[in-house]
Amino acid sequence: MNDWINLSALWQIVVVGLLAGAGLPALFAVGLRFLNMPGHQVATAGAGGGAGAHHEVRGHAGEETVYGGNPVGLVVACVCFAIILAAIGYGIYLIVAGT
Amino acid sequence: MTKDIIIALLVVVALGFDFTNGFHDTGNAMATSIATGALGPRVAVALSGVLNLVGAFLSLSVAATIASGLVQTGKVTVTVVLAGLCGGIIWNLLTWYFGIPSSSSHALIGGVVGSTIAAAGFGAVKWKGLFSKVIIPAGLSPIIAALVAATGTWLIYRLSRNISGGARKHGFRVGQIGSASLVSLAHGTNDAQKTMGVITLALIANGSLPSGSKAPFWVILSCALAISLGTYIGGWRVIRTLGKGLVEIESPQGMAAESSSAAIILLSSHFGYSLSTTHVATGSILGVGIGKKGAEVRWNVAGRMATAWLFTLPIAALVGAGAYALAHVIGGLGGVIVDVVILIAIAATIFVRSRKTAVSAKNVNDEWTGGAAPSKPEPAAVA
Repeated sequence: MNDWINLSALWQIVVVGLLAGAGLPALFAVGLRFLNMPGHQVATAGAGGGAGAHHEVRGHAGEETVYGGNPVGLVVACVCFAIILAAIGYGIYLIVAGT
Repeated sequence: MTKDIIIALLVVVALGFDFTNGFHDTGNAMATSIATGALGPRVAVALSGVLNLVGAFLSLSVAATIASGLVQTGKVTVTVVLAGLCGGIIWNLLTWYFGIPSSSSHALIGGVVGSTIAAAGFGAVKWKGLFSKVIIPAGLSPIIAALVAATGTWLIYRLSRNISGGARKHGFRVGQIGSASLVSLAHGTNDAQKTMGVITLALIANGSLPSGSKAPFWVILSCALAISLGTYIGGWRVIRTLGKGLVEIESPQGMAAESSSAAIILLSSHFGYSLSTTHVATGSILGVGIGKKGAEVRWNVAGRMATAWLFTLPIAALVGAGAYALAHVIGGLGGVIVDVVILIAIAATIFVRSRKTAVSAKNVNDEWTGGAAPSKPEPAAVA
């Protein structure tokens, strides 16, 4: 800590910034990868019959489905996305509570 | 009576500043989403406008810190604040004209510091506060944002390399909508507060509010509306520079940039730094260019921006000081009116000139045409 730069705030901004600003999108990438994991029957684009596939594709003709058709992958992906949403919700809560 | 007219003019000018703040900074949140096609340009600015409105009500902790920590508030008069706002607005409009994303916060701070110096001398400025709360964070924040964004980009590309191209593109576009929304929200919690603080400061200086008051509800509401309206209008010139000029961005990079910006802005305001969202967003976008192998970063564009950042505080200060001097020499209500008339004339001139090389929702994503100044007409410019 010195008079001109608050070093303790600085390192917290860097560390928490890395966790939230780089860690959460990385977790999103992990979730996406699990979501995209191919299943047994459904591996080709557009043939995905699951509700998840319809949910993700939503009229984007010509783009490959994000949901690969693997239910385990879907569950793990949902956990990843839930953690991200929870982290964002907690962050917003902290900002509002700080008032 | 005269005092009432002056304070009314001040509120109008302050809301005008808030409006320029909104459209100047739309790009910070939405440029990357527009560039990657995650959101259509019109949808993006509408979403950003609404979230700015929400954000402005979400947190009021930043309000009034802007002036109290930087100048001796006892020396501040309504005319000083108004002259400072003139400096901020003119700088914002000029940089918007040239498509340079510069800091609206620095424009405002520079303007107020300049007019305070003109009114009460150099001693009325808290130099240490100015350095430790504004200038040093301004130097560090783009570097930290770039570091976080580069790390995020590197991780994302590593983790998602097995996902097929189309699925990856689509998945990250969905993610981008979330991360861009967060940046808009963060912008509302920060930048709308700054104008609320300035109006409140002037009301206190005028004696309309007891000292130490918080922003009254009509101030909060009108500032929130002004900044979200400005955001909705969309500063297409700045959006274009940020989204297309610096780095050619893919959707995973866009999400990395926005996540980094949102995290750094929210964290810093938590620690009481009134950071420039522009500096953070630009740092993040550079970072995603650095973090992806083979991505081209146009350092000449980045260099031109950094140069503009160096000049933001001093030039806004000079304009603010000039505006105060003019108002002071003429004196009273007349001086203030002359300032406002000149401000309107300059704003109108810049606006008319900008129409010749208009950038709009239609051509914002056109191919970047290289080193030419962004003020040059784009190939598909619309009138």
